[in-house]
Amino acid sequence: MTLSRGARWLLRGAMAVGLAFVYVPLALVLVNSFNADRTFAWPPPRWTTDWWVRAWENAGAREALWTSTTAGLGATAVALLLGTLVAFAVQRYRFFGRDAVSLLVVLPIALPGIVTGIALDTAFRSLIEPLGVGKGLFSVIVGHATFCVVVVYNNVLARLRRLGGNLEEASADLGADTFQTFRYVTFPLLRSALFAGGLLAFALSFDEIIVTTFTAGPGVQTLPIWIFNNLFRPNQAPVINVVAAVLIVLSIVPIYLAQRVSDTAAGGRL
Amino acid sequence: MTALSTVDRPAGDDTIAARGPVRRLSSWLHRHRGARLAGLLSAPLLWLLVAYLGSLAVLFVSALWTVNSFTGDLVRQPTFANFRTILTEEVYRTVTLRSLGVAAAVTVIDVLIALPMAFFMAKVASPRSRRLLVIAILTPLWASYLVKAYAWRVMLANDGPVDWLFGGAGNGPGYGLLATVLVLSYLWLPYMILPIYAGLERLPDSLLEASADLGARGGRTVRSVVLPMIVPSVIAGSIFTFSLSLGDYITVQIVGGKTQLIGNLVYANIGAANNLPFSAALATIPVLIMVGYLVAVRRSGALEEL
Repeated sequence: MTLSRGARWLLRGAMAVGLAFVYVPLALVLVNSFNADRTFAWPPPRWTTDWWVRAWENAGAREALWTSTTAGLGATAVALLLGTLVAFAVQRYRFFGRDAVSLLVVLPIALPGIVTGIALDTAFRSLIEPLGVGKGLFSVIVGHATFCVVVVYNNVLARLRRLGGNLEEASADLGADTFQTFRYVTFPLLRSALFAGGLLAFALSFDEIIVTTFTAGPGVQTLPIWIFNNLFRPNQAPVINVVAAVLIVLSIVPIYLAQRVSDTAAGGRL
Repeated sequence: MTALSTVDRPAGDDTIAARGPVRRLSSWLHRHRGARLAGLLSAPLLWLLVAYLGSLAVLFVSALWTVNSFTGDLVRQPTFANFRTILTEEVYRTVTLRSLGVAAAVTVIDVLIALPMAFFMAKVASPRSRRLLVIAILTPLWASYLVKAYAWRVMLANDGPVDWLFGGAGNGPGYGLLATVLVLSYLWLPYMILPIYAGLERLPDSLLEASADLGARGGRTVRSVVLPMIVPSVIAGSIFTFSLSLGDYITVQIVGGKTQLIGNLVYANIGAANNLPFSAALATIPVLIMVGYLVAVRRSGALEEL
């Protein structure tokens, strides 16, 4: 587009300010993890690596990390299965209530998390607990999977739309049955979409705190819950800060992975 | 079958004889479209209808219950008492309006920040830097929500960096309603940039050139061509920013000082007050607002952009 020189510079400036807005707070967490002052006096008076050692030795943080990883993997597995199934149904078939189904998939993420959270909590308390099954890690996975379905669904749906049905018809014409076609033709074409969707689902689950608060049984502490519980304890602040710094650094990993598998720069749809 | 057997298939594949029943199932499925569809839909619908919509239904039914104020037991007799309280008592109206105001302010701020950024990314930056910019916008999405709210807690702390920037302790905004709006805008900004960027990327350059050829300057082209075409993308982004702000109670606790939003009231009633029915009744407010919003924007094609 032809833009005046001034407009170009204005836009470039807006981009730079926007990026600074996004990154300065994150950079500050990284810098503060070496700040020797317990209350993060600014500018830092002295530097230390002591907090990193203390965080590494913190058993609660490590246990919470493990819980989060397990919950994330469980929710991702369920979301991959359900999201793919719905995407196939919605993309390949015309049926009554198709729009309702696609709205239903979006709903858990469109409604505020606290609603999903207390809805599942109420259901658990009044329907499942009388049967003798208490809340635990399982209920966290159920809650997370519910809102993770949509990201897998979106990724697979977009891919199916782009693929069309020609390759599958060709496969059938060449004598492959339904399952062979899926295994040798459709699945390999879907693989990177599934990967991108799964990655997003895992990240959503790993990061989630609101639904988790309501669905976690006693003693189940995911990493966000652990951080939140310790956030208001002043003597824990430096350790929290290191955990936060680690999570910021770790967020580069999925981006890198997503870039490797797909060349659509977005690395997945929201 | 001959066609397939000449294809170089991976080792260890099932022999044709062993595939007999599979083959029969396959061709049966091929002939029965309804069965295929049922197979695809049954598990996800069971989950979403029973586990999710079922839970929501239980929630709304329990909104009609009450709690015995002496024993704390649930009284399962339908009454509209909770809703009457919400509608008549001043505090709930104030908090609802405040939450709506926060959600609207966050959405507007995010649109204003996101539009120039997305436009720069999609139409001005070179393809190489475009890719890097998309990554730069995506990366913070993967950083934990809590970590980002926490980062702002440190930024806005008394005598923290923001105060320092304003020249001394207590000069910055500190914790409160303003901080809540600021941090929520920060948190949901990528959710606004990405749909708008995707919408702009789909907008053909030739359209912008045509507009320029017809004599429109940059500003006129943006107003008359670009903005009308990315409305669905903006709405898609606003679903995220609006809904996420409306239900939030964590950020408010971290940087909001004494500020209360709907989420805080819901949370307080389920936790300390142990009044689940009243929480449920309060939670219907954001649900009604969001469902209304979703229905209103359904025709705009925004849901396809999510």
